[in-house]
Amino acid sequence: MKVNHKLRVALIIPLVGIASGCANLGVEPWERDLLAKDEMSLTSSPIDSALDDHIYFSKEASSGGKGFGGGGCGCN
Amino acid sequence: MMKNKNEKTNIKAALTVATLALLGGSNIANAKTSSSTDESTWDFDTAFLFYSETDRVSAGEAIFNAKKTFEDEEILNLKVTIDSLTGASANGAVAQPTVQTFTRPSGNGQYNVAAGDTPLDDTFRDTRVQLNAQWTQPVAKNMMASGGVHLSNEYDYLSLGLNGNLAMDFDRKNSTFSLGFSYFQDTFSPEGGLPKPLTSMLIGDSNADSWDDDFAKTRMGSEDDKTTTDILLGFTQVINRKMLVQVNYSYSMVDGYLTDPFKILSVVDNNGVVQDNIYESRPDSRTKQSLYAQSLYHFDTTVLDVSYRYMWDDWEIKSHTIDSRFRIPLGDAFGTESYIQPHFRYYQQSAADFYKPFLIEDNSLPQFASADYRIGEMTAFTVGFKYGLLVNDGNELSFRLEYYSQRPTDAGFTEPGVLNDVELYPSVDAIIGQVTYSF
Repeated sequence: MKVNHKLRVALIIPLVGIASGCANLGVEPWERDLLAKDEMSLTSSPIDSALDDHIYFSKEASSGGKGFGGGGCGCN
Repeated sequence: MMKNKNEKTNIKAALTVATLALLGGSNIANAKTSSSTDESTWDFDTAFLFYSETDRVSAGEAIFNAKKTFEDEEILNLKVTIDSLTGASANGAVAQPTVQTFTRPSGNGQYNVAAGDTPLDDTFRDTRVQLNAQWTQPVAKNMMASGGVHLSNEYDYLSLGLNGNLAMDFDRKNSTFSLGFSYFQDTFSPEGGLPKPLTSMLIGDSNADSWDDDFAKTRMGSEDDKTTTDILLGFTQVINRKMLVQVNYSYSMVDGYLTDPFKILSVVDNNGVVQDNIYESRPDSRTKQSLYAQSLYHFDTTVLDVSYRYMWDDWEIKSHTIDSRFRIPLGDAFGTESYIQPHFRYYQQSAADFYKPFLIEDNSLPQFASADYRIGEMTAFTVGFKYGLLVNDGNELSFRLEYYSQRPTDAGFTEPGVLNDVELYPSVDAIIGQVTYSF
C-alpha cells in the first residue's frame, strides 16, 4: 500500500501545480513550434499503441484508459 | 536518386488506387498521389509485429493503415489488421508430481502434461482479421467529431463495434475537452461448444462409442454473446511551450458471456492431490473504471512521455500501470536523421475476488471461480527500445525490440501437501519485435 500512497502523492503534486498556475497556462499560436512536432502528440505512434493494447488486453486484466478498452478479440 | 523517387511515388500511387478500390472504386478516376502541393494527402503505415513467449504462445500481427487528410481538415482512416496465434496456453490446472491427462476444449482427443509441469493446452491456433474505418471532421468552430466502425473475425469469434467522439477546444486551443462512446457486440462460438460452468472435465477413452454423448453432457450450447459499452471523458491542457497534460476518466460495462471456455480449475484433496478438474465460472457482468494521466515534456532536444493508469472494477481487481518513453534524437550520426527511444512499463494488479489457484475438495463449490492467472495477483514489466530513422525524403522506418515479463504472485492462498513441491505461479517471459514503415 506504500506504493499506492507514493503514486497518489506523485500524481497530486503536478495536479496542484497545474491548478495553482492556471492563470499562466497555455501558449500563443506562434509558440507551438515544439508542440506541433509528431513526437509531442499524445499518441505519437498509433500503430505501436494499437499493437501494445492488443498484447496487454490479452495478457492482463486491465484495458483502456488512454482510449477505449473495448472488445474486439476473443483473447481475454 | 530520381529512379528511387519515381518508384516510391509509383508504390504510393498504386496503394492509393488499391485503397480507393477497397472503398468501392467509384473515385478511382480522382486518385492522385500526394505531394507537397496537393490539397489532400494520403499517409500509409505498415507494421509487422512478432510476439513470442518462452515455451508458450507465439503470435504475428500485421497492420496496414491508410489515412487521408482532406483540405478542409476531414480525416478518413482505414486500417486492416491480421494476426495469427499459435502455441500453448495455461489451462488453469495446477502442476502435480505425477503425469496428468486433460481433454482438449474441442473434445477431440486428450493431452498429457509431465510431472512437475504447469499444465498447458498446446492446441491454440487462430487467425484474426480486423477492419477499422474512422471518419473525423470539424462540426463547428473549435469542435471536431469522429465516428468509426470495427469488424473483427476469427475462427471462433466475431466482434462488431461502433464508436463516436466529440472534442471541443477552448482558450486558443490550449484546452480540449473530449467525450467518447464505444459499443462492441461480440459472439463467441468455440469448437466443441461452451462448457457448463463448474462441471467436471470428461477424461477417459476418447475413442469409446459413448465419448461424444458423454462429452455433450458437459456442454451448454454452441455460442454466446458479450457486449461492451465504454464512455470516455478526457481533458487535455497545454501547460507551456514544452509541456502537455492529459487526464481521462473511463467507465466500461461488459455484459454477457465473460467466462473463458478453455479454462479449468483443479479440485485437490487435503494433500494437494488433484481429484477433479472443473470448468471455470465467471459473473456475467463486469464494470470497470479507470483514471488515466499522461504528460509529455520537451527538453532541449529529447521528449519524455509518461503515463499512469489506475483501474478498478466490481470483480475487485485494481491495477496500476506506469508507461514511459524517452525519445533521444541521434542527429545525423548514422548518415541519416535518426532517434532512439527507450521504453519502460510497469504493471501491477490485484486478484479478482473469485480468483482461486485451485479448489479444496471438502469445501462447498463457490458460485464463481477461475484459476486464470490473468485475473490473479500479478506484477509485470516491459523494457525495450525503438530505433527510428528517416529514409527516402521523410519516410520513417523503425525497429522495436522489447522484453515483457509477467510475474504472477501468491495472494495468500495456503498450499496443501504436494502443491508445496510444484510451481503454482510460473512467470511468463516474452520477446516483442516490430518493424514499422511509414510513407
